[in-house]
Amino acid sequence: MTVADPGNMNEALKKRQFSRPGESVILFVLTLCAAVSLVTTVLIVTVLVSESATFFEEVSFKEFFLETEWQPLFEPISFGIWELVSGTLLVTFWALVFAVPLGLATAVYLSEYAHPNTRKVLKPILEALAGVPTVVYAYFALTFVTQDLLRPTFGADEVNVFNALSASIMLAVMILPTIASISEDAMANVPRDLREAAYGLGATRLEVTIRVVFPAALSGIIAAILLAIARVVGETMIVAIAAGSTPQLTVNPFEGVQTMTGFMLQVGLGDAARGTVDYQALFAVGMMLFLITLAFNVAAHFFVRRYREEYE
Amino acid sequence: MASESVRLRTGGAVARRQLASRASRYLFLGATVLGVSILVFLAYDTIDSGASRLSLDFLTNYPSRFAEKAGLRPAMFGTFWLMLITLFSSIPIAIGTAIWIEEFAPRNRLLTIVKVNLANLAGVPSIIYGILGLTIFVRFSGMDRSLLAGGFTLALMIIPMTVIASQEAIRQVPPSLRDGALALGATRWQAVRHNVLPNAIPGIMTGTILAISRAIGETAALLMIGGFTFIRFDPGPNLADFADPAGFWAGLQESFTIIPIQIYAWSIDSRREFQANASAAIIVLMTGVMALNLLAAVIRERFRRG
Amino acid sequence: MIAKEARGPRSTRFCALAVVLLLALAALAVVACDDSGEGGEIDIDGSSTVYPITAAVAEDFDAVAGDVLVNVGFSGTGGGFEAFCAGETHISDASRPIRQDEVDACAENGIDDVLEIEVGLDALTLMVHPDNDFADCLTVEQLHEIFRTDGATNWSDVDAGFPDQSISLYFPGTDSGTFDFFVETIIKDVDEAANHRGDGTASEDDNVLAQGIGGDRDSIGYFGFAYFQDAGQSLKAVSVDAGEGCVAPSFDSALDGSYPLSRPLFIYTRESFLAEHPENPVLRFVEFYLDNAAALVAEVGYVSLPADTLQAQVDKIEPYLP
Repeated sequence: MTVADPGNMNEALKKRQFSRPGESVILFVLTLCAAVSLVTTVLIVTVLVSESATFFEEVSFKEFFLETEWQPLFEPISFGIWELVSGTLLVTFWALVFAVPLGLATAVYLSEYAHPNTRKVLKPILEALAGVPTVVYAYFALTFVTQDLLRPTFGADEVNVFNALSASIMLAVMILPTIASISEDAMANVPRDLREAAYGLGATRLEVTIRVVFPAALSGIIAAILLAIARVVGETMIVAIAAGSTPQLTVNPFEGVQTMTGFMLQVGLGDAARGTVDYQALFAVGMMLFLITLAFNVAAHFFVRRYREEYE
Repeated sequence: MASESVRLRTGGAVARRQLASRASRYLFLGATVLGVSILVFLAYDTIDSGASRLSLDFLTNYPSRFAEKAGLRPAMFGTFWLMLITLFSSIPIAIGTAIWIEEFAPRNRLLTIVKVNLANLAGVPSIIYGILGLTIFVRFSGMDRSLLAGGFTLALMIIPMTVIASQEAIRQVPPSLRDGALALGATRWQAVRHNVLPNAIPGIMTGTILAISRAIGETAALLMIGGFTFIRFDPGPNLADFADPAGFWAGLQESFTIIPIQIYAWSIDSRREFQANASAAIIVLMTGVMALNLLAAVIRERFRRG
Repeated sequence: MIAKEARGPRSTRFCALAVVLLLALAALAVVACDDSGEGGEIDIDGSSTVYPITAAVAEDFDAVAGDVLVNVGFSGTGGGFEAFCAGETHISDASRPIRQDEVDACAENGIDDVLEIEVGLDALTLMVHPDNDFADCLTVEQLHEIFRTDGATNWSDVDAGFPDQSISLYFPGTDSGTFDFFVETIIKDVDEAANHRGDGTASEDDNVLAQGIGGDRDSIGYFGFAYFQDAGQSLKAVSVDAGEGCVAPSFDSALDGSYPLSRPLFIYTRESFLAEHPENPVLRFVEFYLDNAAALVAEVGYVSLPADTLQAQVDKIEPYLP
């Protein structure tokens, strides 16, 4: 029997269970604690589904998924989700454009090139970036990035006060630590022998990194990117403050857009009357958001398990 | 040629590859430095614009229509009480869940469901927790836009990450400690309570502190709950209420504001003077967040095993 | 009995104790400074136009009545009435009169003693970017054309002499009394069947609108006069021509009615709140409001009521004063 095998331990214990009165109460309490998390999920799903159901009584699935206009308040009222989804996509795309190269480069440096002492200094600083509240990033997106960076560079005519790019840039800063740290973790897990073998064959460090480490750590890198996407899609403050509240289908990052989360916050702050269709739209959009982030998180965990399994 | 240092003269393609490799080091270093310097720059910019507003007055004033007079006082009270409620509602449940998973749960399908569920909950966007809190705590339970509703919502939000951290901490405890106790005739709970838990406490504390530092900066969920932006009193129970449970309970049900919400309100204020207030509030918030992170790091280092 | 060693390193227990002590100390320090609230709590929500006035009143009220907890929200006139009729607020700010269906909704919840109190006048201001040199004065018809559904897309559609740039629009959301008033005077009065367009930036938060217009050269939007005052040089007001010539928004033109888009601002409360006994925070607050309305309304940037109108409001709360 292995020491750390609770399964057999359970069996062994069952044969001579010393227990005091009250142990069963403790067990009950602990089980209740664990139940809380299950109840949370049940509640989330129930709330979203039941209110969305009411929403879909008024608005057909066809309109929600096939219409392109999202106009819950003004005539002509239309509930096509695509403008919100497109806003989310635009912002996510540009965030990845900035964060993935930078994050991977950072990961590569920390894992392959850096002196252990440098690593000890840089890693905590990077972790610190991960702890910054997003409202702080939102403030910077609106003030520094738009006013002092984008407008001087591209012209105040071209760049809207509320634009997708400023939000994307700060979103990239937000997920940089995530991508860097998970990728670095994956790269560090690649066994030394693979690298040594490549060096032995005369490869340069760059070649080892790109041709050996990268492919070997690919699952982990993909997991990092998927997790980052999930976080960007679910982020509210940065986009609500900096990207604007104009739902529109556009690929121009200098324009304002509204994301799913931005709309949800707008409703929550009181823009729609309770009990009406525009209020229930909050839950329908919430349902979409929940499903999308769930999908990305599940996919990410799948890839994490894969890379952990390969080298365990 | 013994005096010559051995330097392989390589030609053509090999030289190019080596050059590329050496150059790439600086490329990657540059990228890393860029990431780090963004943080440094943001810190500098904040301090630069907010330091002028930072003063004892700023910390003790209420919000005002005058930027020089607008302060963070109710927000600090609100943040304090909110964190307290969050802490007390989430820690017992999170630790209990972690113990259940690691020590008591039968290894069956239910356990897998619980674990997978926790991992998923950790990735749910905070605004969804806001919707949950709004519907269940504010509306359904009639708590209205109170500290309690906000605290419970945040508790639900940080329980998954606290559980995962606590699980890690419990797993780090050498099995021999538990096994030894069991071998000596201890009940399962006794073994956990006296052998496993005390050694897992540092890790659990670290995880908790990090979760709180995450909760302190949460804005979207609390805006959904209904945190106000203009409050001219101190949210939460006051000194007299410590002797008066009814008063204490009433105090917890007051409306509130928190530091991140004030940052939000001042950031979007079209009157430019308020931006200095936003920066100053950010300094206060970040000081708190960094202090917590530092505390967690210190605890982690002090109790690092081998 | 479990061996002492197995109880865990002494330092852990130390640390745990230290943390608890620290928390307790912090709690004590925190609450010792707290000085608020046995006088009652007043919840106020509603119009973002009236919000600056009410917030200013609340701020000054705190100096004389620190025992009353006042909090002020701004989810919009419509949202404010909804909360008010659901019994969630004591006072509702409004930039338009309450509608019959809202009165009915209140009555359905047993609230049938709604009291309307006028507090000031607003000159709903149309704003453009300060560099906009062509839209100095617009007629009501032109404004209708700009803001109606399927209306003008480019400035040149409004007037052939204007540049051929696409118009960016900024306006309040449908919960806003400002929006309702604008729809009534600019949209419906010109064409009953027309609607206000939605393809622009809609926000209950006038700060968002001010920032948007101030940053966009081809923009036009509207909100309360006070926010225009606050914006200073970063926004430019448009004069409105309702057939009597171009009138610019100002204190005077709003007061004498020559500005076509001037409107009264209200707060609504319940007579039963005013009659509360012995604690009557709402009455104290409303009394303070009216006493200071003239000064604060003007300070915030709106137009104070003429003396006789103000007196009429004071008369409304007279029966409840001690």
